[in-house]
Amino acid sequence: MATWRNKRRVLALGAPLLLLLTCRAAWAQGQSSCLDCHGSLDPPLQVTAEQFAKDIHAQKGLTCADCHGGDPAKADMDAMSKKAGFRGKPDRKQIPEFCGRCHSDAAFMRRYNPSLRTDQLAQYKTSVHGQRLAHGDTKVAVCIDCHGVHGLRPASDTRSKVNPLNIAQTCSRCHSDAEYMKAYGIPTDQFSKYSASVHHDAMTDRGDLSAPTCTTCHGNHGAAPPGVGSVKNVCSTCHVFQSQMFDKSTHKAAFDKAGLPGCVVCHSNHGVKHPSDGMLSTGPQFVCSRCHQPGDRCDRATAAIFGDLTRLDGAIKNADGVLSVAESSGMEVSEARLAQDQARDSLTKARVTIHSFRKELVDQDVQAGLTVAAKDLQAGNEALRERNYRRVGLGISVIAILIVLLGLRAYIRIIEQNPPTSAGTAS
Amino acid sequence: MSLVARARDWFDERFHWAELVAPLEKKTVPVHKLSPWYFLGGITLFLFGIQVCTGILLLLYYRPGANEAFESVQYIMTRVQFGWLVRSIHSWAANLMILTAFAHMFSVVFLRAYRKPRELTWVSGMVLLFLAMGFGFSGYLLPWNTLAFFATKVGTEITGQVPVVGHSLMVFLRGGEDVTGATLTRFFGFHVAVLPGITTLLVLVHLALVQYFGMSVPPGVEERWKASPGESRQMKFFPNFFLRELMAWYIALGVLGALAAILPWDLGVKADPFAPAPAGIRPEWYFMFMFQTLKMIPAKVWFVDGEVVGILVFGAAAVIWLLLPFFDPLSRGRGRRFILGAGIFALAYMLAMTVYGYLAK
Repeated sequence: MATWRNKRRVLALGAPLLLLLTCRAAWAQGQSSCLDCHGSLDPPLQVTAEQFAKDIHAQKGLTCADCHGGDPAKADMDAMSKKAGFRGKPDRKQIPEFCGRCHSDAAFMRRYNPSLRTDQLAQYKTSVHGQRLAHGDTKVAVCIDCHGVHGLRPASDTRSKVNPLNIAQTCSRCHSDAEYMKAYGIPTDQFSKYSASVHHDAMTDRGDLSAPTCTTCHGNHGAAPPGVGSVKNVCSTCHVFQSQMFDKSTHKAAFDKAGLPGCVVCHSNHGVKHPSDGMLSTGPQFVCSRCHQPGDRCDRATAAIFGDLTRLDGAIKNADGVLSVAESSGMEVSEARLAQDQARDSLTKARVTIHSFRKELVDQDVQAGLTVAAKDLQAGNEALRERNYRRVGLGISVIAILIVLLGLRAYIRIIEQNPPTSAGTAS
Repeated sequence: MSLVARARDWFDERFHWAELVAPLEKKTVPVHKLSPWYFLGGITLFLFGIQVCTGILLLLYYRPGANEAFESVQYIMTRVQFGWLVRSIHSWAANLMILTAFAHMFSVVFLRAYRKPRELTWVSGMVLLFLAMGFGFSGYLLPWNTLAFFATKVGTEITGQVPVVGHSLMVFLRGGEDVTGATLTRFFGFHVAVLPGITTLLVLVHLALVQYFGMSVPPGVEERWKASPGESRQMKFFPNFFLRELMAWYIALGVLGALAAILPWDLGVKADPFAPAPAGIRPEWYFMFMFQTLKMIPAKVWFVDGEVVGILVFGAAAVIWLLLPFFDPLSRGRGRRFILGAGIFALAYMLAMTVYGYLAK
């Protein structure tokens, strides 16, 4: 027992001594004493030189001491003395202010990245995260939860946790954790819904980084759920024309009166699906029936609009089909193909105009599209007629050529069977 | 006296018509089982004539220039009466002409028709084939579509790899460092003025040489005829052979018309010099064997760039091939079999690499 106690005493004195000797030896070789020691420690105190080299701060020339204070030129624990200005690891509650010392200082930030905003801390304080933190809730997200620490990459880097491609995943680490979010009484299915949404498809499948992710609608540093009155404004940052049309519609006043949050009533929020004309039909996607009665004035208008859209869609597909056949027959129909884009644009415009819920406005776009599609269909049919004309011409030409060939053959036989004195086969 | 007879008399009185056509009437063509190969040269000539005629018609509407070329070809194909037919025939005839020229060349190799005294006939024919390929290369760019633009870019880049003069040659071809509208107008100039001028002159020389030396008889047939002169058969060139040749031309015309009507030549998409190169850029089929070979050569062969090695090897092969008749008398027996083997190898290599080039991704 005594032996064991002695061993522990030796270990208790020996281990720090060994660490000090290692640090001193490394310092003597002219390296940073912070990384020399922390590189050999176990997590969470471990920060390796390799890890820190990837950090944007290190790449901009900042050192450990710029955030944590202390004097990396000194070896041992002297580097971390109060006298050397050592601030150490901040409490979780202090982290926003800790990062904000530099990131809220416009003059300081201008030296490294003049285009970077410096209002993150001010915004954070207005966010649900910031307000809860101020009230002592340390479970909420602080800077390092989203951005990471000691291996922090700029948001433009696709490996960054705050790159648009990764933001939803980053937010979901807390917001999809039912156990972690239990105390807040908010849903935890946002990420699963978003993953099946049209916005997620645009971001991940098409690689469209301008497609919305969590922060696009909720804000990033000032993250908060949009209020009922501001949902339309959030959507309209991208869907401008739909919003303008909606403002012209009778639905605007009705929704305001009923306290309904605009766009999401029909399209939902996190799980917004690719809109289809079926939303106006009587099928499973039909959304109008949630409020309207079958057969009422609005229901009839919706059916008429759906009919118009279907008609234009069908006309475009029909013209496309004929043009494809003509094209595959080798006919030059690129002009009509190009014009088809105008018809498609009219269909898209009509689908936007639907948000006005005014049939006469939708009709204008549909008619414009139908006119173009009809012209293109005519061009396709003319190309097919021309193709048939060519084939008939070919047939006649082949017959003419065959007749000439037979005539020539016959003539050769005649002159070779009855050779004139100076012609015919000679040996 | 009929009008024709009076006209003939008029000419005869001034130009001694009978004396002029006398060689034609005396000209004969050997008749043996390999005689059909004699038609290939005539078919190639016929297709060249088609090229000249359709090319002149296209010139009436075609406008060279990066901003107008594509649209003018599109206009020809959609708005001009029978413009589609003229353009398609011009494109198809160009390809068929090169095909028949290659076939003609290999028939001459395998029948050993290049032998003394026809060395210069072979050399003039080979130069004509190179000129035909030049026609193809320059004409390919003229519609100014995406595929042609990037293929020309790659093609002229390869020219730039030629040692010493490569870069200057590339700049000369392109009219600058890059393929631009200047390249198009330059290629147009080559295609409609420089190459036709030289080709017409050389075709006349080639025909004059064929006329002067007459048709070559394959060595095997020649020996048999020497052994038993009774077997020797000749056909009068005019009208007997000429009428047969006319039949071959009619068949070629029918094939051309069918191809133009059933498979009109595609116009593609207008070239955008700022767009990234599309996948699957490839040259015309008759350059494919060289293109595929250059693709397969490693980046470095010993210490020399692979592409440079490829170009030098092809260049050397072309020179040796051009001078083939001059090697024939030097090599007897096994040596001649070696030339025959080289011909078979060249044909097999070109076919295999062309097929591989189209199949490889």
